[in-house]
Amino acid sequence: MELIWRIVWVAGYVLLAPLLGGLLAGFDRKISARMQGRKGPSVWQPFYDLFKLFKKQSVVVNNVQDFLVYGFLLFIVFTGGLFFFGGDILLVFFALTLAGIFFIMSACSANSPYSAMGAQRELMQMMAYEPMVLLAAIGFYISTGSFSVMDIIAAKESAIGYLPGIFVGFLFILTIKFRKSPYDLSTTHHAHQEMVKGLTTELSGNILACVELSHWYENVFLLGVVGLFIVNSTWWSWIVAVAVILVSYFLEILIDNVFPRVKWQNMLKTTWAVTLVAGVINLLILTMIK
Amino acid sequence: MNVSKSPWLLHYDGSSCNGCDIEVLACLTPVYDVERFGVINTGNPKHADIFLITGGINHQNAQVVRQIYNQMPKPKVVVAVGICACNGGIFKECYNIQGGVDTVLPVDIYVPGCAARPEAIMDGVVKAVALLDQKRKKAAEQPAPDPKEAG
Repeated sequence: MELIWRIVWVAGYVLLAPLLGGLLAGFDRKISARMQGRKGPSVWQPFYDLFKLFKKQSVVVNNVQDFLVYGFLLFIVFTGGLFFFGGDILLVFFALTLAGIFFIMSACSANSPYSAMGAQRELMQMMAYEPMVLLAAIGFYISTGSFSVMDIIAAKESAIGYLPGIFVGFLFILTIKFRKSPYDLSTTHHAHQEMVKGLTTELSGNILACVELSHWYENVFLLGVVGLFIVNSTWWSWIVAVAVILVSYFLEILIDNVFPRVKWQNMLKTTWAVTLVAGVINLLILTMIK
Repeated sequence: MNVSKSPWLLHYDGSSCNGCDIEVLACLTPVYDVERFGVINTGNPKHADIFLITGGINHQNAQVVRQIYNQMPKPKVVVAVGICACNGGIFKECYNIQGGVDTVLPVDIYVPGCAARPEAIMDGVVKAVALLDQKRKKAAEQPAPDPKEAG
């Protein structure tokens, strides 16, 4: 019976994440527009964009690139699927990194200097956020005694009680993962004329649509991880988790609209500083009290 | 769902005096906010649906304009913004100017003005958007289009 429920969760993720991710992106654009004093597009705009891209002619640069982008989409779906199946959180994060590598390789495979620079910046971003992601996994293990998502959500107390520092650190790197300012160095949803669109420079038509779709899957998965900090064995913790997810998403939009872009050196310094201060100290205290 | 729901445009400055360019960018400001129609100023020919050109064509940028146009995936529409892009305008008699954009590309929409007003540019873009759907429908009816055929 439990297995059926877990499969239902995975199926729900695979089918509904694009809808949810697209809607979140739509609200993001609407709220951003309102913050800038504009009317903004419809909340369904990301779907219009996606369907249009699928209908456009696809200019293929090379076949490897298409394969790598499909690999990115597949492994993002696998990452999220494994997470919502209740699998091993460590494996989930490794699959996420693998998906990221696919995306970087797709940009590297094109001959354009813009793609190459985008790929380098994406690598730099991974270097900045990966330590925090691993710390989060270790934090979950120490606080609940298991890497399994099923065991973490079945814990008596919410993980955030033990991991407030790691939660803050995770929110911090979420800015990079959501491709928001000030850390949107390799690809962003705003500055279309700038170098920061590097990663997707050589992609067009349905391949670009696949990247967009992967981002939606990825965002829903990442918000799921935010929820994992909150959820425990009580039923009302799920409601709190949804509220915390919505607040964090709004916070990311606010940060996006308030901060200008930084240089990569600055990103690395601040992200690692937060990882070190919030993440490592949290972990040290946790190992002492547990 | 139609292409017209999400027109992404590419803005190229030919030999414009920047008057029309400023007006094009003014369309993105909160006053006019073209993003409410789903318009995004992409700056990348491979992502764009509408090619917006300001300024006339000279011998140096003729190949550039042609190359950008060829990199854009179909269906695509060309909009000439300002009198210089339409027929060369005040620079028409200059030794280096070939004339309007239609000397190198098939232009679909002409937006006159010096400088073209943001309202006129938006009107041109809206007309271009309608044309995108027509072109798409046409392409769907003819499964194997001639690769040399423009648009």
